[in-house]
Amino acid sequence: MNLPSTSSADAVIAITGLTRRFGSKRALDEVSLFVPRGGVFGLVGENAAGKTTLIKHILGLLKAESGTVRVFGKNPVSDPVGVLSRVGYLAEHRDLPGWMRVDQLLCYTRAFYPGWDPQYAEQLREQFGLDPAARVKTLSQGQQARAGLLIALAFRPELLLLDEPSSGLDPVVRRDILEAIIRTVADEGRTVLFSSHLLDEVERVSDQLAMIHRGRLVLCGRLDEIKESHRRLVLRFDSPQTALPPMKQALSVRGSGCEWTVLCNGERNGLCASVQQWGARIVEEQVPSLDEIFMAHAGRKAGEVESSPALS
Amino acid sequence: MQINISAKEGAPIYQQIVNQVKYLVASGRLAPGEEIPPIRALAEQLTINPNTVARAYLELERAGVVTKRHGAGTYISESGSPLARRERVRILTRRIDALLAEAANMGIELDEIVDLLRERHAPLQTRSGK
Repeated sequence: MNLPSTSSADAVIAITGLTRRFGSKRALDEVSLFVPRGGVFGLVGENAAGKTTLIKHILGLLKAESGTVRVFGKNPVSDPVGVLSRVGYLAEHRDLPGWMRVDQLLCYTRAFYPGWDPQYAEQLREQFGLDPAARVKTLSQGQQARAGLLIALAFRPELLLLDEPSSGLDPVVRRDILEAIIRTVADEGRTVLFSSHLLDEVERVSDQLAMIHRGRLVLCGRLDEIKESHRRLVLRFDSPQTALPPMKQALSVRGSGCEWTVLCNGERNGLCASVQQWGARIVEEQVPSLDEIFMAHAGRKAGEVESSPALS
Repeated sequence: MQINISAKEGAPIYQQIVNQVKYLVASGRLAPGEEIPPIRALAEQLTINPNTVARAYLELERAGVVTKRHGAGTYISESGSPLARRERVRILTRRIDALLAEAANMGIELDEIVDLLRERHAPLQTRSGK
């Protein structure tokens, strides 16, 4: 199994300089990212950070205000058929036709996709325990999610796009969704992009990660590299401090008295030099969890955005 | 093979797998020549990305802990790798540190601990000799 490459030439999704405003609000601000083939790309961010807006651009439901969006090298707005026939999509708000029966839903969806695999669809239907005669609107939320997942998977799309797929679902359904993601990449190097605010899920299944905060990309890269470039240091001073001097590598600083915890990104040598200068010692050094990294970036960027008059 | 992944822990998931496999080998829970699960099977078992498992196996192979047999799966190396020994020493070192700290708290001298170790070791020696 090959690790996905990060070159833009092989990108399934290529987004450059994408900006989108809703009224005076900048929902996306100069976002550029490349989703390589054959991996799982996790998109994280708080609610209303811009994740869904980004996904809508990938699906061609929104037109780029400035910048470009290419999926399989095509423009999803001008060539929706060329793009959407190769994309399986599951949204947080599953807008399935409620009046249809499950078997009708499968039959209806199948008509749109030449690559629909009836055997696979039947296998998934049985695995998910979906009654073919049940009306979609009478299904539980979890079963509706499974029905949505089934129709997103059954034509074996080259790209599976999941927008907050786990939102509001119980752990059993969430596991079904994660397994579907894993099988999709394990088979024939297909690609998955999924957004979530459940960071432990993202950490489990992603190999690439993008973090959006208030419409801006604050982190983007290989998940293991992102993790390894962050450090949580516990500093010990000989005498109590009221605050630490500012340092550019630090994303967040917590503590009081003699002991302070600093979450920093990259440039460890520079940080060590500063620490020595202050007469402090590093008593603990660890790789932080993705949660901590996210909180640290969100906290810092929030401060920056608030101080920027252009965005207020 | 029992592996537990925790996202709360800071270490990257591939590293958690590498550490735990090394631990299982060092503690004898995985025997030389034993087959470990295929990448995809472990990925599904743990609900993690198969690429992550692939990376962990690659690191384990580089470290000589496992051997890939072409087209026939991945096995724990036959020749107890030097790393497994280092790992065993590392596990013991941690326990010894804890022992020394506790002994210091109780005011017991190092010589006394060494004597105690010898005393405890003797009956084990005769038992294993039988």
